[in-house]
Order: sequence, then structure tokens, then C-alpha cells
Amino acid sequence: MTNSELNRLKDKAFQVFGIFCTFIGLVVLAIFLIDIVVEGAKRLDWDFLTSLPSRRASKAGIMTAWVGTLWILVLTTLIALPLGVAAGVYLEEYGKKGRWANFLEINIANLAGVPSIIYGLLGLEIFVRQMRLGSSLLAGALTLSLLILPIIIVTTREAIKAVPRSIRDGSYALGASKWQTVWNQVLPASFGSILTGIILALSRAVGETAPLIVIGALAYVPFTPSSPLDEFTVLPIQIFNWTSRPQEAFLTNAAAAIIVLLLLTFLLNGIAVYLRNRQQRKVKW
Amino acid sequence: MLKFKLTNLNAAAILVGTSMLFSACGGNQENTGDSDLSGSVQIDGSSTVYPVTEAVAEEYRAEAPNVRVTVGVSGSGSGFKKLVRGDVDVANASRSIHADEAKTAEQNGLSYVELTVAYDGLTVVVHPENDWVKEITVEELKKIWEPSAQGKITRWNQIRPEWPDQELHLYGPGVESGTYDYFTEAIVGEARASRGDFTASEDDNVLVQGVSTDKYALGFFGLAYYEENKSKLKAVAVDDGDDSNGKGAIVASLETVKDGSYAPLSRPLFIYVQSKAVERPEVVDFVNFYLDAAGELAQEIGYIPLPDNLYDEQRQKFEQFVSGKGAATAKQQ
Repeated sequence: MTNSELNRLKDKAFQVFGIFCTFIGLVVLAIFLIDIVVEGAKRLDWDFLTSLPSRRASKAGIMTAWVGTLWILVLTTLIALPLGVAAGVYLEEYGKKGRWANFLEINIANLAGVPSIIYGLLGLEIFVRQMRLGSSLLAGALTLSLLILPIIIVTTREAIKAVPRSIRDGSYALGASKWQTVWNQVLPASFGSILTGIILALSRAVGETAPLIVIGALAYVPFTPSSPLDEFTVLPIQIFNWTSRPQEAFLTNAAAAIIVLLLLTFLLNGIAVYLRNRQQRKVKW
Repeated sequence: MLKFKLTNLNAAAILVGTSMLFSACGGNQENTGDSDLSGSVQIDGSSTVYPVTEAVAEEYRAEAPNVRVTVGVSGSGSGFKKLVRGDVDVANASRSIHADEAKTAEQNGLSYVELTVAYDGLTVVVHPENDWVKEITVEELKKIWEPSAQGKITRWNQIRPEWPDQELHLYGPGVESGTYDYFTEAIVGEARASRGDFTASEDDNVLVQGVSTDKYALGFFGLAYYEENKSKLKAVAVDDGDDSNGKGAIVASLETVKDGSYAPLSRPLFIYVQSKAVERPEVVDFVNFYLDAAGELAQEIGYIPLPDNLYDEQRQKFEQFVSGKGAATAKQQ
């Protein structure tokens, strides 16, 4: 066997290995999805989406849970988006590079790796107790905002970095101030990527249970929240609650609720992909 | 080139402002119903008691639709913490209040009443193919679970010589649960003292799964989980060595837990109500409704109701507690 034949063989072997690795993940995911769909689909109907929680599995629904999740999503976006983007813009455009900037950078990266329950404990002390927000939607959204802020800051910085130097130079050459350049050129050019990052961060927030249980999100809420100060429950808590019940029928309910949560996450990710593609078509350098 | 305006950002900024404004006023949903009571009853605590409270809250909605009852599942300990701070009106608990928690209540000027609402039987279970264990004594359970057994009692024949020379695999609820608290107190003699080398899960369904797939397993959890999975598990009769409350080894069941012969592993489930809360008529009404409905609903969920006369006792106990605050109640109304 010549050397080049051997290399070709190695190449082939690696290709097979790569395909194998890809499929492990896909097969596991497929088994999980099929199991959930088979289990839950029969329970999924309009009543399930519009009913209040109940001790009878067949009557129980997830209305308060998905409305709560939606509230949390909207509030978290409203809080985390301006804060995260502003912090990212500052660090990338205004902040001076130096030891202090390095220190900040490392800490933000570290924050992204802190277990979510720690954020829950922080939220409990600061938002629920000190700020006296109680176990409200607002307290939950603020806690989750803290959780996803590092991700948003990091993506914002990456997105801004990707904007070519020439765009900024052109803007300055026309007499624009720094703020005008950032607001009218840099941010619009990078907004697609920023939005993608935010939506991915949000789809993480949607699945969080631990920090919300810590701040006191409830399991039984027989009304849909009507203001950010109302108490609430979210889909993951409802699912968690149902999976720990002894009766088989509640497990079916949990599977159906998981389908709804998955659809919600897919929807969010779909929006992210759509926005990114649209933006990429629009921005051409 | 870059026509994309930042309208999204602007809108976001405005909405944040408005949502902050919103937060100043609480939302109220008005309904019409049989009772003219309104207000809210806030409950948190044990996830074991949760299904009972959830059922009661659900039924109570038909009774008083304007009262907003909410139930959390942060655990017995966390529920007590909130109760003694006055954060919640009622705490679900699968254990009694600890001395330090009681002290905090006193410091905050609160008193409380403990009401038993149902029983649960902690069932000792093994794999259905386990044909050697029919019954087990409390002494033997202690030998298995006490802290000094860690790493030492690892084979079935160490408990009884005639049992097989096979590894013993233990399954039990997580150390944060009231179930674990109660089991260790009843068996080892000291709450929260046990060996650490067992498979622990906060989710009892995981324990069911574990024991039902492991021939050499021994585990314990609430009776409801056994009842729902009878075909996959075998319950072990427990002998407490005391013939005055039923002779010999006794299997957990609705009857044996209710009449107290399944000792020492039947445990009471509680709700605690604090003194500030009973100044509000909707809380008093809800708790009374709870005590009326608990028996029937507990059974429906898989727990064991108290004998009827004990519910009467709980009602009287609560009445006394409320009338102890009689003056305050009158002022409120």
C-alpha cells in the first residue's frame, strides 16, 4: 500500500467516524422526541391549552403556565435587551482596553458559566426581599435577565466586532459623532446577529426551572397574570410538578406540556434564523 | 445600504418604562360566585402535601371564586421559612416545625397552628422477583440505614444469614425531603442521620424506576407511588416489634395506615396557619373548607384520610386558634 493510498483510507475512516458521531446525537434526540410526541400528542388539544391546573389529570391544563411563560419571555426581553446591548456597546466602542477591561471581560465570561440556581438565590435576596417585589413576574424576569445578560453582552460584542472598520471611518469622515456612528451605522449593521444571540439566550431562559422555583414561582395558580406584579407559574415548573406525580396520566400531561415548550423553543429559534438570514441579505459590504 | 432603523430598540425602551409603571398597580380579576368573600390565600411548602392542597384549592374555587388561592412547591423547610416571616398564610408540611423555625415566628410576633390533614404511609419496597424478603423488622431497617452502616452493610446476607450473598442496592428520597426526614427519625432514631451511599432522588418516580429494574434493590417512598406501580414492585411488611398496635409484620395499605397499625412508618401530613393570616376571613373560610374536604380528596389522590373524629378535632383546634385572635378579627371586619 502506497503512502497516498493509506492517507486516502484514513480520510475515509475519519469520514465514517464523523458520520457515526453525528448520528449518535441525532438518534438520541430523535428517540427522545418520538417518545415525547407519541406519549403526549394524544393529550394535546385546545382544552389542554385553555384549562386551569387540576388534580384530575384529564381535566388539567396549562393555560396559566404558558401565559406565565409568555409574560416572563416578554418582560425578560424588555429588561435584558437594552441592558445587555448597551453594556456590549460600551465595552466594545467606548471602554478603554487595559487591565480593567480584561478583568471585566473575564468576569462576564465567568458569569455565563455560573449555575442558574445561584442566580435564583441572588434574585430571591435582591428582587424578592430587598426590593419587595415578592414572588412576582417582575422578580422572575429580572432574575432571568441577570442569567442571560452575560450571553447577550458577549454576542453583542462579537456582532459589533464583525462590523468593518471602514463603515465607522466613513461615518466619521462625514462628520458624525461617536454616538451617531454607533446608533446609525454600527448597531443597525450588527442588529441581526445581536437579535439572534438574544433569542438564543431567551430560549435558554424559557427552559429554566431552578431559579424560578427559588424565587417562589408557584405550581398552582388558578388565574392568568394581569400585571408584572402578579404571581405566576411557568411551563417547566408545571412539567416538573407533573413528572413527580405517581399517577401515569400526569406523565402524559407532562409529555404534552413538553411538546408545547419544545414548539415554543423551536418557534423562537426559527425567528432567530429568519432574522439572521434577512439581515444578512440586507447588509452587504 | 443600512436602512434598518432601530425602531425595535426604541419600542423596547418605551415598553420597559410602561411595564415599570404597570407594576405600581396590582391586577384584579372579578368573578361572580356563591360566596362574597374576596382576597387571596397564599400557600407554599412541601411537595408531598401539594396534591392535597391543590385539590382543595380547585374545589374551593367553586365555593368562593373571588378568592385567589395560590400554591407553591418550594419544600417543607422553605415553606416554614416563609410562614414564620409572614410571607405566606398557610404552609404545607410533611414534618413538624423545627425549634429554630418556631423561634423566628416568635421574634416576628407570629403564632401558628398545626393541623393534620391526611396520612401517608412510607412503603418499603423491593423488586418483584425478590423472593427472599417477605417482612423486615425495624431493627433490621435501622441496621441497613444508620450512618455507621455506610460501606459496611453492603450485602443481603449481612442482614439475615439466610438471605442471598448478593450486593444490596439502596434507593431513597433526597436528603432535602420531608420523607427522608421522617424515615430517618422513625427508623434510625434521629432525623437526617443515615448512611450517604444510597441512590437518592427528589423525584419518587425515579426511585420506582430504580427499584423496579434492580433485583437486589431495597427502597422506600410514599404509598401512592407504590399503589400506582404495584405490578412493578413488591411491598415489604414491616414489624415494629410492638404487638400492641397490630401483631407481627404489617404491609402498608389504606386500612393499616388509617388505624395506626402500620407503625412506625405512617406519617401525618400537615398544614400550618399563622396568626396574622386568620385575621382575614377568606383564610379562615379556606382552612375550614380544607378540613371539611381533605378526607375525601386525600383518598382520591392516593393518601390516607384521618378517621372522621380526628377531623372534628382539627376543626376545634383551628376554631380555638382563630377565636384566640377574636378581637382582631372583629376589628378587621
